Amino acid sequence: MSPDQMAYGPRHRLLSVLVENKAGVLARVAGLFSRRGYNIYSLAVAPTDDERFSRISIVVDVESSPLEQVVAQLDKLINVVEIGELHPDEAREAELLLVSVSADAGQRSQVIQLVGVFSGRIVDVGQDAITVMVAGTPESIDDFENLMRPYGIAGLQRTGRIALPKLDEKSASGAATPAANIA
Amino acid sequence: MELTGAQALVKSLEMEGVEVIFGLPGGAILPVYDPILDSPIRHILVRHEQGAGHMAEGYAQATGRPGVAMVTSGPGATNVVTPLADAYMDSIPLVCVSGQVATSAIGTDAFQESDTTGITLGVTKHNWLVTDAADIPQVVREAFHIATTGRPGPVLIDFPKDVANSTMEWYWPDGVDLPGYQPPSHADPAAIRAAAALVLAAERPVIYAGGGILKSRASEVLRELVDLTGIPVVTTLMARGAFPDSHPLSLGMPGMHGNFTAVTSMQKADLLLALGSRFDDRVTGKVSAFAPGAKVVHVDIDKAEIGKVRRPEVGILADCRLAIEALVEEIRAFGPIDHSRLAPWIATLRRWQAEFPCTYDRHEPASTGSAGSGASRRPTLKPQFVIETLRALTPPDTILVSGVGQHQMWASQYWSFEYPNTWVNSGGLGTMGFAVPAAIGAKVGRPDRMVWAVDGDGCFQMTAQELATATAERIPVKIAILNNAYLGMVRQWQHMFYEERYSEVYLSPDLPDYVGWAESMGCIGLRVESPEEVTPAIEKANEIDDRPVVIDFRTDSMEQVFPMVPAGASNDDIVVYQSQGTSDAEALQ
Ligand SMILES: Cc1ncc(C[n+]2csc(CCOP(=O)(O)OP(=O)(O)O)c2C)c(N)n1
Ligand SMILES: [Mg+2]
Repeated sequence: MSPDQMAYGPRHRLLSVLVENKAGVLARVAGLFSRRGYNIYSLAVAPTDDERFSRISIVVDVESSPLEQVVAQLDKLINVVEIGELHPDEAREAELLLVSVSADAGQRSQVIQLVGVFSGRIVDVGQDAITVMVAGTPESIDDFENLMRPYGIAGLQRTGRIALPKLDEKSASGAATPAANIA
Repeated sequence: MELTGAQALVKSLEMEGVEVIFGLPGGAILPVYDPILDSPIRHILVRHEQGAGHMAEGYAQATGRPGVAMVTSGPGATNVVTPLADAYMDSIPLVCVSGQVATSAIGTDAFQESDTTGITLGVTKHNWLVTDAADIPQVVREAFHIATTGRPGPVLIDFPKDVANSTMEWYWPDGVDLPGYQPPSHADPAAIRAAAALVLAAERPVIYAGGGILKSRASEVLRELVDLTGIPVVTTLMARGAFPDSHPLSLGMPGMHGNFTAVTSMQKADLLLALGSRFDDRVTGKVSAFAPGAKVVHVDIDKAEIGKVRRPEVGILADCRLAIEALVEEIRAFGPIDHSRLAPWIATLRRWQAEFPCTYDRHEPASTGSAGSGASRRPTLKPQFVIETLRALTPPDTILVSGVGQHQMWASQYWSFEYPNTWVNSGGLGTMGFAVPAAIGAKVGRPDRMVWAVDGDGCFQMTAQELATATAERIPVKIAILNNAYLGMVRQWQHMFYEERYSEVYLSPDLPDYVGWAESMGCIGLRVESPEEVTPAIEKANEIDDRPVVIDFRTDSMEQVFPMVPAGASNDDIVVYQSQGTSDAEALQ
């Protein structure tokens, strides 16, 4: 993938999928995407405050298949309870990044300064590398990642984006657009 | 009351009203086969698990009730994958129980372990791995609920041996708890109003009836809609029988091998009322050229089908029967309908029907010497003639089952279907080997009906061993093999699209000896080589009611299925039977 293809762009849409917390649910969702030829750009899963359910945040590439079809097929999975689409301007999005950056004693202070700018935290320090954790909007994570690149990245892991509807939008429209009702 | 998991499973099946299980035991499912001995449920021992799955499908298609199959772990489960995939494609309600190795052994590559829920994920509506005997009644209830409601489909319950052997306190759940599953039922009244307005304004409307009519038991109300509005009906391969072929407004089957009028009516329509049909590529041909002038009303219970292939002007997410009932009511409210508005359209259709009926050369002499010297003056046995004669000699409510290939298309073209659930075939997956076991399942479900299978010589060889099951269980099905000595449909494609370079399609007319094979399995075997033998053989078969009958019809190898819309071509480029010349659909308007 070229960096251009990797960037989150207009062909990407974010679905927030509430699923029953049952064995194999992720395999069902992932299996559906692969057998129908849909592309997942990123995916994050975690339990919700109600232990019966988990929330899967999926960024879908809608170039290959219309979102409406993706949503309708997802909705047919028995364990999928609710699907909402979150428009970037109506959502609070966040992502977490862990990155190990080569930084010898000379460069270290520059890196630490940038970590400060992004309100990150240093979680590990080695002889000539440090590991940093940064949380923020996916765009700020992109920026931070790009700034670290010249120093040399030894290891990197991003969680994929998670999101909730903005509170003002939420009180106005109830919740995330219920994508499952797009006719 | 304390029960073992195995007893709880069998009791749960009894609670669901199961009358028959098609299956074959093995190590992992052994515990369940013990309580089956004491259960009122009939068990039919198959010779191959694929047979169990197709029997359950045939049972379901003929009765409208869910079919049940039971298999052991590993190879038993993998053998049933084809029928599950078949049932998934054709939306057939099926509940399959598979044995599994003990939960402690799962993931260790234990003997006869396979990841059955993983393997069947993409070919079932849902599946379960039961890990606690206490869950069994709940899972069985959910399984039948999911298999039979909404868009029906196959489900699978994977049942580890230790769970079967452990105990539970018996209960029967009041209902199901499926927060993510609410199948649609009633149609949105606004959408019905919009659909009614289009119906009343249309000048060249066509009802495009699909398998959903049968699944929702909407045949009667479909007929009401037709009689009310005067709109002609095409019935897809999955919907044959959903509307009587004898009705004056029946146009028959559309699609790749549909008749000229059915195909062209859709191309020229200004309104398509798609009722429980899914714009399958075998119906639409090249999608961008399909029914270019038609507005579309699409009724489906599966939201993912609405707009998947063709965006409708009005999409109606509902049970087909409820939606048609609402539409009939809405249209009735407008008062009597003047059918004369449609008269020019109906006249055009009649003209096409007269000009381009499905046809074949009834008196063509044999073109090959395959039947021996001197045979060349004898007329060859045409497969279409066999089907026409069979139709004439069997009761109107006969259940016709078919395999996959040329014989299937001829069966659909030349049989006249009068009742719902009288046609059992593999439409979506196109599974060779479907006919023999599906016919057995259909006969088990409808012992009061005559059940005939029209099978190909290639298909027959894939699952014929189930005739031993049929004999052992006294299931008197009748099989007509249209033995053209070829994988005929593939041969036809090689003839038309590969310059007659025939690659790996010849089977031989007499290897195996079908009559000898049938008799070795306890059936009556008959052979028919010329047209005049057809009627006596069928009459003889019809009289036999204590065992299966197989007739080896030696049909013309050269015969091809027409009309045909070549794959990927526009429906406007339909190729009709040679003697009808080339049709110019444009000029016909
Ligand atoms: C299991 C399976 N394998 C292969 C095919 C591809 N196929 C479609 S029709 C056909 C030929 C069927 O031959 P036969 O049963 O003799 O029927 P005929 O076309 O000659 O009437 C084949 C091989 C299939 N549909 N199913
Ligand atoms: Mg053949």
